[in-house]
Amino acid sequence: MCGIVGVLVKRERARTQLGTLVVPMLACMDARGPDSAGLAVFHDATPAGARRMSLFAPDRAYPWCTLADRLGADLDGTATIVAHENLAVATSSLAPTAVRAWIETHAPAVRVLGVGRRMDVYKDVGRAPDIARRFDFARLAGTHCVGHTRMATESAVSPAHAHPFTAGEDFCLVHNGSLSNPHMIRRQLEARGIRFETDNDSEAACRWIAWRLAEGDDVETALGRALRVLDGFFTLLVGTAEGLTLVRDAFACKPAVVAETDDWVAVASEFRALAHLPGIADADIFEPRPERVYTWAVDREP
Amino acid sequence: MGGRPRAVTLDVRALGVRGVNAWLHGEGQAAGGGRVEIVHPDGAHNLAVGLDADLDVEIRGHAGYFVGGMNKRARITVDGSVGWSVAENIMSGTVRVRGNASECAGASGRGGLLVIEGDAAARCGISMKGCDIVVGGDVGHASAFMAQTGTLVVCGDAGAGLGDSLYEATIYVRGRIEGLGADAREEPMTASDVTRVEALLRRAGFAHAGVEFKRVASARTLYHWHAGLGHGAY
Repeated sequence: MCGIVGVLVKRERARTQLGTLVVPMLACMDARGPDSAGLAVFHDATPAGARRMSLFAPDRAYPWCTLADRLGADLDGTATIVAHENLAVATSSLAPTAVRAWIETHAPAVRVLGVGRRMDVYKDVGRAPDIARRFDFARLAGTHCVGHTRMATESAVSPAHAHPFTAGEDFCLVHNGSLSNPHMIRRQLEARGIRFETDNDSEAACRWIAWRLAEGDDVETALGRALRVLDGFFTLLVGTAEGLTLVRDAFACKPAVVAETDDWVAVASEFRALAHLPGIADADIFEPRPERVYTWAVDREP
Repeated sequence: MGGRPRAVTLDVRALGVRGVNAWLHGEGQAAGGGRVEIVHPDGAHNLAVGLDADLDVEIRGHAGYFVGGMNKRARITVDGSVGWSVAENIMSGTVRVRGNASECAGASGRGGLLVIEGDAAARCGISMKGCDIVVGGDVGHASAFMAQTGTLVVCGDAGAGLGDSLYEATIYVRGRIEGLGADAREEPMTASDVTRVEALLRRAGFAHAGVEFKRVASARTLYHWHAGLGHGAY
């Protein structure tokens, strides 16, 4: 069992409320996944050329400012860091590949959780309400977010095994279920030079879909193909720069409920996680059908 | 004028699920009857489970998993939609859902009546063992899977794999059947089928004519092991 949540706010003025909307949802789904929790939030884009990098350190008192200074000095650039305990988001015009290589050499304890112009990722082991409090999720503003509470069934409980998983840029995935062919998918992708960070089945789904997006599929096509390739049980919620996409496998034995109003669309594993949202009494509430790809896009001013 | 007796109101937000169920099993059962209104269910699981009393329970809003599970005698109405396994293992009495039901509605029910006025998702009536289920809308895939006895009436459409590995339960579908499961077959509607469907529809509050329904039952080819079957495959 795991819990999935997602929110997309439709009105620009409501973007500051994204965090306060999702925190009770994530806390409610703690019961479905008490060992780890995480959240990916999508914002306005950084200026062209700049990237946001979400970073993890095992030490809650990690010296993030020192890291930023050393990184800037060595790579001849600047990186601004916003840190909460052992997680931080660095924004920099330095090339992500160069930053990643520098971190691997000079700060091997630090891991990159995600990269993009819009996406920040927070995840760790622990109970969802504690994680939401530690990283102050309620403060988070943005267009949409994807969250997860994990109850591990097939691989270790570690910060790296927590969801959301990311691959490429501005792409994340959360998964409720279990796959029976992640090793086959992994071997196929590794033969293409794609690197994995864990032995988790959801990471295989994440990297397979990201590979299809890199090959030119749009997200709906990629998830439509994933339905044929992924063997097992899954409700998948994917976050991209454009919005949210949801799909359930043919058996549909992993739950999902969607509620939509003029102000927001929200996804959760169970209705009780949506029951307290403002306007829920008048929301359009439905259960997504198996093998159908649902997409909700952020309405951005041209 | 008598009117209906005043209902006792139980607030899930104030009492929690345990508080609500403790009242139903304690004072509610001791009273031997009466009306109970449950407010602010907020999708909570396990509401009004295991009742064994002549109570009328009205749940005002959406309920979570297992609402009305194991019900005996009580008449439970959910004025909203419900999560997985509504009226799971129902023994007698009635559970009515005014909205939609998620998966496994009426799973393994042994008696009584489950009415879903909207749609039911996958595996509706899975392994039912004698209860009756009437769905006003559609049912999802694998409904009545391994259903043993009882009746599933679907006023709308049925999803793929209907009645897979069916025993002696009977299914009636008014709309389109996306596909039958292994060993399920369509059979002619007899006069007694029409009577049976119309009696259930009346109890459930629907006005359709029995002749509009198709009958699905077991072909009974899975009842015995056919040793010779499939030799060619080896």
